[in-house]
Amino acid sequence: MKTVRRLDGKTVGVIVLTVSTVVPSYRLWSQDSTIDKGVRIGITYRPGVRPGLVVLPTAPGQLDSVRAIVGRDLDFSDRYEVITLPGGDSLDPGPSVPAGGHTATKSISGLNYSLYQALGADFAVQFRTVGDSVLLLLHDVAAGAVRRTFSTRLTAPGDPGYRMAIHRLADQVVQASLGAPGNAATRILFVKDKHVYSVDQDGANFHLVSSATKEALSPAWSPDGKKIAYMEFNGGHGQINLLDLATGKRSVVYGSTGKYSDFTPAFSPDGKTVAFSRATEEGTDLWTVNYRDACCLQRLTVGRYSDNLSPTYSPDGRRIAFVSTRPGLAQIYVMGADGTDQQLFAPFDYGVTGSSNAPDWSPDGLSVAFHRDVGGTLQVFVLDVRKGTVKQLTSVGRNEDPTWAPDSRHLAFVSDRAGYRQLWIIDLETGRIRPLLQQSGERLPAWSPRLPEAASATP
Amino acid sequence: MTRLQSLALAALTTAIAVAACGKKPDTTPTPVAQADTAAENAKRRADSIAAAQADSAARARAMADSIARARAADSAAAAARAGDEVRSMLATMIHFEFNKAEVQGADQAILDQKIAILQKNPGLRIQIAGNCDERGSQEYNLALGNRRANAAKQYLVTHGIDAGRIETVSNGEERPLDPAHNEDAWAKNRRDEFSILAGGDALVKP
Repeated sequence: MKTVRRLDGKTVGVIVLTVSTVVPSYRLWSQDSTIDKGVRIGITYRPGVRPGLVVLPTAPGQLDSVRAIVGRDLDFSDRYEVITLPGGDSLDPGPSVPAGGHTATKSISGLNYSLYQALGADFAVQFRTVGDSVLLLLHDVAAGAVRRTFSTRLTAPGDPGYRMAIHRLADQVVQASLGAPGNAATRILFVKDKHVYSVDQDGANFHLVSSATKEALSPAWSPDGKKIAYMEFNGGHGQINLLDLATGKRSVVYGSTGKYSDFTPAFSPDGKTVAFSRATEEGTDLWTVNYRDACCLQRLTVGRYSDNLSPTYSPDGRRIAFVSTRPGLAQIYVMGADGTDQQLFAPFDYGVTGSSNAPDWSPDGLSVAFHRDVGGTLQVFVLDVRKGTVKQLTSVGRNEDPTWAPDSRHLAFVSDRAGYRQLWIIDLETGRIRPLLQQSGERLPAWSPRLPEAASATP
Repeated sequence: MTRLQSLALAALTTAIAVAACGKKPDTTPTPVAQADTAAENAKRRADSIAAAQADSAARARAMADSIARARAADSAAAAARAGDEVRSMLATMIHFEFNKAEVQGADQAILDQKIAILQKNPGLRIQIAGNCDERGSQEYNLALGNRRANAAKQYLVTHGIDAGRIETVSNGEERPLDPAHNEDAWAKNRRDEFSILAGGDALVKP
């Protein structure tokens, strides 16, 4: 008894210390101090940390909608100080005639670099049309020159691939200017009214992807973004379904016979294996199956009346984090991808910490996001995989089911902070938070990898 | 029901009467001899007596039939009532504490009743569906619902019911009885539901 108490006290001390040292406290306060949608909040962006970027206006018309999409993507990347030009968008950027003395910085493209530099811009993004293609020019303001030019052929604005093609331009800007891949050409799957829907990361292109007649839960992306897996209720039993996004073909994962209840699918990073939970008389256990060769159904956990569920692979494919109720309450565990070496992953205080669920391993491998019961409601936490420490990310309302963006710095999650349950996106670097959709009842989001050209078509 | 029954009865009586009448030409061939009117009259009288006798016999038969039918209907209705009673006993839900899957003491009597029914009706197969309130994690609740369904199944099996007669499913938190967001609703929603998969046509009350 004495030892337990001492142990508890020690653990509490460690956790408190970790939280206060690992996370700069302003981030916790700031991200929760706003419930406004997409509004910058009063946190201190250290000047000079984020490069300034100006998106130059275009003439009204199609190019203007391209500019609006790219401008929003770059803003949502949270990697730039997006600068509004004096006079707003009405300012004609055309071949400007700068005041005398600034001619030295005026380039052949006719941009007023010195003005943009004075406004704090490091980059300027400009659009032009050439035939049926749109040209994006990325200007290096300090150098006074075009750094890179990208182009994409534009289809009709209503076309399925139209917006994705433009999102790729935005990702190319992020890559070329900062050397980091962007999130623009991605989608988020989620559950609403027991059906799986898809929406682009900017909130556009909302559509149903699971069967209109059957109830579905727990969507998951294949690592190449070409397939999705989800659980479908079939006569009361959960079955793991696959959907090929390019062909629209649906199939049931090998081994998911409908005799048991299978749920929470996850693809391995090499795309060969689907891990899932199977509920039987003995409880719920994790299984893997080689779905492509329809073989090798394998049981990874032997719960003996405990539950093991919600698998998520490390990006190197060697480990699986999952939920286990073996300590009495659900907590986050980890094991080798073959089921060996099962151990506690996210530390908790026995008898004090609430249930922990819904782990998602970040694409950079450094973090596992999950939610934990804190005083009867749920909050999003992040486990630092190397340090083995957890920090609480949210504190306002009920926040659950986090899913990482491909950049490993944005998370989508479910929150009722604005009055009803909806999807929100938070940037862990700046603490900026925005709702994804103005709809209620969304659950279980799954953020896609960067989507390939072929899968950009609407399924 | 009574109107239907009397309609059926009327239809039955006429049917029998028609059948009886139909038989008449067989027993009394109709010779169209016009020789002796006295003999003819006597024969006609005899015929009408025979017809009347046949008629009353048919009527008696129909009466007996209808009584038998009514009795059968009565006992069928009684059986149906018993079946309804058994069905409602079988459908009685059991409830659980928050994040728990243990059968509560007060609910054991409800399960004992189901054991008696299953023993009395060997052809009966049932499904137990575990359900959760909305407070826990959505995916975790599928596992919890599974444990709740299997807790009830385990109770039945340890009391002698063949495991093959019981199927379990988990609805997680997806099928709340009460969609409200309060303690009352949550308590109602943390439950096992019992339904008949097969052999529920002629249930016998234990």
